[in-house]
Amino acid sequence: MIDALLTMWNQLPELLQTIILTVVKIVAIVVPIMLSVAYLTLAERKVIGYIQVRIGPNRVGPKGLLQPIADGLKLALKEIIIPTNANRILFILGPILTLGPALAAWAVIPFDEGMVLANVDAGLLYILAMTSMGVYGVIIAGWSSNSKYAFLGALRSSAQVVSYEIAMGFALVGVLMAAGSLNLQEIVLAQKGEWGIVNWFMLPLLPLFVVYFISGVAETNRAPFDVAEGESEIVAGFHVEYSGMTFAVFFLAEYANMILIAVLTSIMFMGGWLSPFEGIPVLGALFSWVPGIVWLLLKTAFFLFLFLWFRATFPRYRYDQIMRLGWKVFIPVTIVWIVVVGLFIMGQVGPWFD
Amino acid sequence: MESVIFYLFSAVLVASSLAVITVRNPVHAVLFLVLAFFTCAAIWLMMEAEFLAITLVLVYVGAVMVLFLFVVMMLDINISVLREGFVKNAYVGVPVALIVLLELIAVVGRKEFGLEQMPAPVRHAADYSNTKELGRVLYTDYVYAFELAAVVLVVAIIAAIILTMRRRPNTKVQNIGEQVAVRRDDRVRIVKMASEKKNDGSAT
Repeated sequence: MIDALLTMWNQLPELLQTIILTVVKIVAIVVPIMLSVAYLTLAERKVIGYIQVRIGPNRVGPKGLLQPIADGLKLALKEIIIPTNANRILFILGPILTLGPALAAWAVIPFDEGMVLANVDAGLLYILAMTSMGVYGVIIAGWSSNSKYAFLGALRSSAQVVSYEIAMGFALVGVLMAAGSLNLQEIVLAQKGEWGIVNWFMLPLLPLFVVYFISGVAETNRAPFDVAEGESEIVAGFHVEYSGMTFAVFFLAEYANMILIAVLTSIMFMGGWLSPFEGIPVLGALFSWVPGIVWLLLKTAFFLFLFLWFRATFPRYRYDQIMRLGWKVFIPVTIVWIVVVGLFIMGQVGPWFD
Repeated sequence: MESVIFYLFSAVLVASSLAVITVRNPVHAVLFLVLAFFTCAAIWLMMEAEFLAITLVLVYVGAVMVLFLFVVMMLDINISVLREGFVKNAYVGVPVALIVLLELIAVVGRKEFGLEQMPAPVRHAADYSNTKELGRVLYTDYVYAFELAAVVLVVAIIAAIILTMRRRPNTKVQNIGEQVAVRRDDRVRIVKMASEKKNDGSAT
């Protein structure tokens, strides 16, 4: 049986083989992301529930574990309403343009050494380019809905995303200076060393790390930066007019973006798939059997928890305060720290830059 | 296969560029321009210029066009007024367009730009990094030109900021420093008082 399949496989033309292999790899990345998105929504409701001394969803399935499935089913069965005066094509295109880049960015994420769909040299730039594309979905959705609230929400959200992208970009400049490469795989390998957790870029790039993660929260329009959908002011922001599956796609994109930011933060500042105990006498040997991807997933889960924690803790920022934080605090901090990183590299400050 | 993809992207690029100048709705025109930039980046990617391609998407698609889209969305353009003088101005416009076309043909026509004059570039090995090559050339051979461009950009930034800086005496501004420095004691006074005795029976 297997032999027959193998010979059949070998008979296929090479072009078709690569196409099939790539599609299989893409599916192997996208399906787990979609599942994580589904269970992230459950985790969010549970975590926030416990923070607010509630139980959270516990009715569907054992311990409420089937809640995301039920939610998805409900959204899929709902009617999709297209407003009469909306621009039909753009109205449908909006959610697609939000989800597309959110998933496309995963192409260059290394899950373990060599475990990457496309090992691109300019990986970091590619990620920046893809995440900056996502704002079009929001603008198009807000504009084509032909509604004041949606339009205001789109304006707020895209102005916010464009502003925080600059701080994010500068934080990435620091990372690429420290790693000496734009390739995400090499960035992780540059954090490998005999000191384990100390070797990660988290320490020498601490301000950039903080700026990057907070900008990431702002980029994904999550609380406390969720003025784009401030319920009390503009109902739900750019997706007021969306219903059923079209709304679900926005939801998926938001959560996929959250996971992406969490993964990127762990890759660039927390050593990606590297074990924190590497090089430490007893613990290092004790945990050496753990596959790298487990460490990456643990770190990602930690950052995702931070997203939820922030949401349950902080009140919403005022719009001018958001802009002030982005332009007048984060950008100067990153610029100063880029110079400091340059000095570190010149002085070969160990254990990171020697 | 590669040429199929190339022609596909080129067709999209030409079609979307034409759409930019022919569609009636200005917002649609901007969106077609975004599509044109994006396909252009894809074609550059096929020419092994991945750094330029990604930068095009990052800078133009991700930032410049977003702000452009903002401006166009906020404008209240009356399209019929814009189209009014079309025939009247055609006497000047058409000859100018023709002259530009002729000049373009003279510069990038078949004679100057064919495959004979410019042979197709050689394919590089898989480990060739265009990003690295670009950086090497920019910071060695062309370092003065590069620095000069940076200076020009800085001047432009300063000029743009100066142009928008004007005194507006009647606007009300929040002093954010003061707002941030606010402590609880400035806003809330906590009064300690003994709890009142319960009145027997009578509702207050």
